[in-house]
Amino acid sequence: MTEEMIIAGFGGQGVLSMGKILAYSGIMQDQEVSWMPSYGPEMRGGTANVVVIVSDERISSPVLTVFDTAIILNQQSMDKFEKSVKPGGVLIYDPNGITHHPLRTDINIFQIEGARLASEMGNAKIFNMVVLGAYLKVKPVVKIENVIKGLKKSLPERYHKLIPMNEDALNMGMKNVVKYN
Amino acid sequence: MGELKLMKGNEALAEAAIRAGADAYFGYPITPQSEVIEYLMAEKPWERTGMVVLQAESEVAAINMVYGAAGAGKRVMTSSSSPGVSLKQEGLSYIAGSELPCVYANVVRGGPGLGTIQPSQADYFQSTKGGGHGDYRQIVLAPASVQEMSDFVKLGFELAFKYRIAVLILSDGVIGQMMEKVELFDPIPRMTDDEIVEKYPWATTGKKKGTARRIITSLDLDSHKMEEHNHHLQAKYKTISENEVRYELFDCDDAEYIFVAYGSSARIAQKSVQLARAKGIKAGLFRLISLYPFPGKEMAALCKKGVKGWLAVEMSAGQMVEDVMLSVKGCAKVAHYGRYGGIVHSPEEVLHAMEEKIIGE
Repeated sequence: MTEEMIIAGFGGQGVLSMGKILAYSGIMQDQEVSWMPSYGPEMRGGTANVVVIVSDERISSPVLTVFDTAIILNQQSMDKFEKSVKPGGVLIYDPNGITHHPLRTDINIFQIEGARLASEMGNAKIFNMVVLGAYLKVKPVVKIENVIKGLKKSLPERYHKLIPMNEDALNMGMKNVVKYN
Repeated sequence: MGELKLMKGNEALAEAAIRAGADAYFGYPITPQSEVIEYLMAEKPWERTGMVVLQAESEVAAINMVYGAAGAGKRVMTSSSSPGVSLKQEGLSYIAGSELPCVYANVVRGGPGLGTIQPSQADYFQSTKGGGHGDYRQIVLAPASVQEMSDFVKLGFELAFKYRIAVLILSDGVIGQMMEKVELFDPIPRMTDDEIVEKYPWATTGKKKGTARRIITSLDLDSHKMEEHNHHLQAKYKTISENEVRYELFDCDDAEYIFVAYGSSARIAQKSVQLARAKGIKAGLFRLISLYPFPGKEMAALCKKGVKGWLAVEMSAGQMVEDVMLSVKGCAKVAHYGRYGGIVHSPEEVLHAMEEKIIGE
């Protein structure tokens, strides 16, 4: 199994950390992982994206132009990356703020209302975990228990009390992802 | 098995410095390698091992601090990115002349000048042909993974002290900024002052009564002596070129078309090999690990086994390709492909270049 994906959105949406959590979860189940961010002025706002690869084999290029899955969280990223999904691949997006919805018919498109669900849960910061839950429902690349294990391993002890909330957010995403096309 | 972590290349390099028993790191921040000094400052190795971490006032100061500490027999390291490494060249030439051991990393960004902060491999000439003045060489190791960013620090210190030479870890923005799984090696204790006195008879550790003075300098006004010193350096470089060649082959056994690359371009070209094989093209990858010494003999030997063409893949306008041409000596066609100025080529572009420049001709 090799999953090559891109997560793209605004700086500050938790794009890079979502990728990091996914990569950590891959390590927890003995897989090879790579995480390649766009870096530079993006971190001061503007668009941010990260290419994550989870594989059973040694990973070749960490830099890719076509993807099995694209998680798209703003319009600029939709404009840029809808065309980068491999035929038969998956595109997951949050319709919040999207004016031009994806048009491709040769890929599987899903919606997750991450921003709305996160704010309904009372914490906009768990937005990325809702989206991650949606992704893992569509593509169970890593097990939820390994996501939790990864969080425990990567977060300092003082943040461990937030793990149950993250778990709720993952479940919320899993329950609410809907097929769009 | 060592400790497994998810780390950026720059962080792995910094952690490896602590674990390799480094006595000091002197640096000055610059994108895309600032995580090295950030990690060291956050990690506070002076509490863990007694290692000194110091942000110098400039890259020039940092490399001269390296010169001073290395002269005392200490394991010392610095790092920077292209414009900063240019500033260090004077110090590196002096380090070569004085035969001091040190490890330094260049996380290359696009140039020339201040250029861009995005990845590049355009510092190959500077790294392998002597960026400073004089007839000198340095060992150049090119990591292609976060794992190697860690491993090459340990290897780098071993080689630096074995040959009393500067070892350059030539990375780039991709390898520095990406995160991968890394297995960290077990920490090596720092050497005590007594161990340094015993092991390094050249180090300036303080003159004892009855022992000869030890002088570290790159200056000798007597040209005959300087020529002799140069003979000695050249003999050392010859030993290194005979013993420290490192490379890795992928799918080269039956390969007719070979990508030759190092660092992040080697990772990208490895994917191009997979794409080529899926199309029925017998492609392989010759990955350079040591850029100096250059695995030219190995390349020539492989070329005679029925290779029809080589594509040098590097994020530059064509630098390493010259060494490939010199090595295969017309045995097969050689061409170059690479994006540059901060643009990273894709595996598809690289394969397309092989089809167009080598196979199609």
